[in-house]
Amino acid sequence: MNAPLKLWQNPGGLALPAHKETSTQQASRSLSAHQQAPLRIPLLQHAGLKAEAQVQAGEKVYKGQVLARSQGYTALPIHASTSGVITGIEQHPIPHPSGLTDDCLILEPDGDDDWGTQRLPAWPHYTEQNEESLRARIAEAGIVGLGGAVFPTAIKLNVRPEIPVSHLILNGAECEPYISCDDQLMQERAADIIVGAQIMLHILASHAPPSGQTCLVGIEDNKPAAIQAMQAAVKMSGDTRIQIISLPTRYPNGGERQLIHTLTGREVPSAGRPADIGVICHNVATARAIYRAVVLGEPLIDRYVTVTGPGVRHPQNFSVPFGLPISALIEQAGGYTDVAERLLMGGPMMGITLANANIPVVKATNCILLDRAFPQHTVMPCIRCGQCAQVCPASLLPQQLYWHARARDVEQAEKYHVMDCIECGCCEVVCPSHIPLVDYYRFAKDEIKAQREAQQKAAIARERYEMRQARLERLERERAEKLAKHKQALQDKAANKANTASDQNSDKNSKQDAIQAALERAKAKKAQQAQSKPTSPHKQDAS
Amino acid sequence: MFGTNRTAPSATRSVAQVMQHVLYALIPGTLLLFWLFGWGLLSNLILSIGFALLLEALMLKLRQRPLQPFLSDYSVLVTGWLLAVSLPPYAPWWLIAVAMLFAVVVAKHLYGGLGYNPFNPAMVGYAAVLISFPLEMTLWPAPFASNMTHIGLADTLQQVWGAPLAQWDAYTQATPLDALKTGFSLGESFDSLQAQAPPDWRAWGWVNIAYLMGGLWLLWRGIISWPIPVALLGTLGGLASLSWLLAIPQAAPPLWHLFAGASMLGAFFIATDPVSASTTPLGQLLYAAGIGFFTYIIRTWGGYPDAIAFAVLIMNMAVPLIDAYTPPRVYGTSRWRS
Repeated sequence: MNAPLKLWQNPGGLALPAHKETSTQQASRSLSAHQQAPLRIPLLQHAGLKAEAQVQAGEKVYKGQVLARSQGYTALPIHASTSGVITGIEQHPIPHPSGLTDDCLILEPDGDDDWGTQRLPAWPHYTEQNEESLRARIAEAGIVGLGGAVFPTAIKLNVRPEIPVSHLILNGAECEPYISCDDQLMQERAADIIVGAQIMLHILASHAPPSGQTCLVGIEDNKPAAIQAMQAAVKMSGDTRIQIISLPTRYPNGGERQLIHTLTGREVPSAGRPADIGVICHNVATARAIYRAVVLGEPLIDRYVTVTGPGVRHPQNFSVPFGLPISALIEQAGGYTDVAERLLMGGPMMGITLANANIPVVKATNCILLDRAFPQHTVMPCIRCGQCAQVCPASLLPQQLYWHARARDVEQAEKYHVMDCIECGCCEVVCPSHIPLVDYYRFAKDEIKAQREAQQKAAIARERYEMRQARLERLERERAEKLAKHKQALQDKAANKANTASDQNSDKNSKQDAIQAALERAKAKKAQQAQSKPTSPHKQDAS
Repeated sequence: MFGTNRTAPSATRSVAQVMQHVLYALIPGTLLLFWLFGWGLLSNLILSIGFALLLEALMLKLRQRPLQPFLSDYSVLVTGWLLAVSLPPYAPWWLIAVAMLFAVVVAKHLYGGLGYNPFNPAMVGYAAVLISFPLEMTLWPAPFASNMTHIGLADTLQQVWGAPLAQWDAYTQATPLDALKTGFSLGESFDSLQAQAPPDWRAWGWVNIAYLMGGLWLLWRGIISWPIPVALLGTLGGLASLSWLLAIPQAAPPLWHLFAGASMLGAFFIATDPVSASTTPLGQLLYAAGIGFFTYIIRTWGGYPDAIAFAVLIMNMAVPLIDAYTPPRVYGTSRWRS
């Protein structure tokens, strides 16, 4: 059908043991919300503005009802994962490495799982809708990138008109060990994903270059069942724009920038976005969420979550409503094993360590990994072996970045492109000195971001100050001009008066002389003024 | 402070494991040297490693650093071992002590310890004693003639700890590079020098082959990577071939350059020291090519018969500059760093 696509090799990377097969042995299970009470639904679950609660304590809500929303480009609504009663809003730990708390709505499920009238209008014939209304629907459904970045999908689909979009890329690579939620989703929901892709192609159609648009779905070759299911779904759809591409398995080939390079040979410019090179990239799970939002009218209220690792008895995938505590998932997966020591959200490379399991599942929760105790190594000095540079997928010099970040020389770190680090952790894994390199890079990045923000703020403040100064100067000048004019008018008036007086009272000589003298003085002054006016107008104004 | 909490795949090696591999790779060459030079090599090894550990512990104590992790990283063992096989066997104890003092105290700890030394410690120690004690450093015992069957333990102890043996001169012999240097300076041709050469000289080639084997094993195990040895030997061999083809009077054949002196030891064990080498892909090629270049220049026109130590130190100096100008192109950026 299609000519085989040339794949481009990424620099660096690692061949890691996948550990995926353990969690894909059985079909995914849907966890219903009412088995576990109550749900805690954080008001901020995406990269953007936090939503504000729209419901009161004690209010009955239906499944899919908007619980919170706020205004703004990056704001997204939060929906009820099931029907029930809102019992309050409280500060509760959210998935964050430092155990941060944030506002969470507490939803006591009633067990009916009732949509009421809250389902959005279903658009099975989505092609009748235009670009804007589809994007609005995607935003209204609260859809974010489900690969982990949780950036609002509607914004990512809102591309500038000047650069045509030649490729829509669906990311099904899932390169990080242990995580298998996308693998299982592709096996079980391939048709949904393909429709999601078609909806996105429809949205992007007006941006197509004359050569047309293709949709490439990249899947690592260690997921043959997913590849097969997706290929079958494409065949069923008969859509020739969509191609399933089997990728070599290598971490981090599923990183957005790496995947785009592998499939197109193009590199996303430093500090740029994929759209800058005519590529839009979305996760396969996001595509399925779009299908559900548009065709079925269901907002994003659940997702596939992998519960896996040596620390859990029966590793598997669940379809989980947001707000369910992680502990419930672990319980459903048979509970902890004896070796369970570390709880991570995400994979072993980029996941974050969680303090405990009493934390709700959110839109970003792709995997719950229960790992063994990790041997704590003493950090040794860097011996400049350069292994880190060999595995860096961005071709950075990780140890140079380390030296500069360590010395708090963020300027140098920026010069060595620390901002292009994707924090994949390959350098850390191969470091013979066990240096927590990525922590250093995060520090440098945060410093640079803070500096940039401060600079921006300072620039705005300076601009404001300068404008204020200019405005004050202008007002002062105008006032002075007005004053001078007024003075002139008064003087002219006085002179005129004197003239007419002298005509009428010619006998009053002494008075007339005095007036004459005054007149002459005024004339002299006038002449002087007229002379000095063109040469130094400012002085005049200021006087 | 705790290290990374990422789950490491089994391929990861610690600093100690890296250093252990280097020590294993030195074993064939060391065994061969032991066969050729007997007790003299053993005394070199024991004294070098003894002084190295002693000075390392002392410096760590003075610098208030924990002893255990740094003594068990094997790095100072590698330094000691490299010096032991570089110094002439039966080296007097004070010569080894001075060399180790420069290597461990000056080159390593005064610059901040493991990972912070801009110069290769073993080569700093070697160069320091080569310049300070040229007589002792150029008096190499002859291979075979100085092995266990000829020099006993008692004589070894006297040579190393007491006054030099009266008949010591009888055991020594010019090394091939030394003989070449002297011969060329007297206007002799390579062919006539080779004709006069004692058959024992082949032993130096074997030593280099033993180091080559160890080095290839390090390559295979992924401890070192190919750019440095290939660029070093390539440049050295290339320059030697060029002058051999151009029939320059003082040219030794390329194979002679590659398998005499410290060529293989330098290419696989010394220039590859990660701390003092360049770290960028292009930089490593330039760095190693520079070592090959200076080795050839000094061997051919300089005052010393061999030059690996000086060439390495010269290029160590250039590393910060090389690294600054040879960063790889970063993903998504147009070309070199501006």
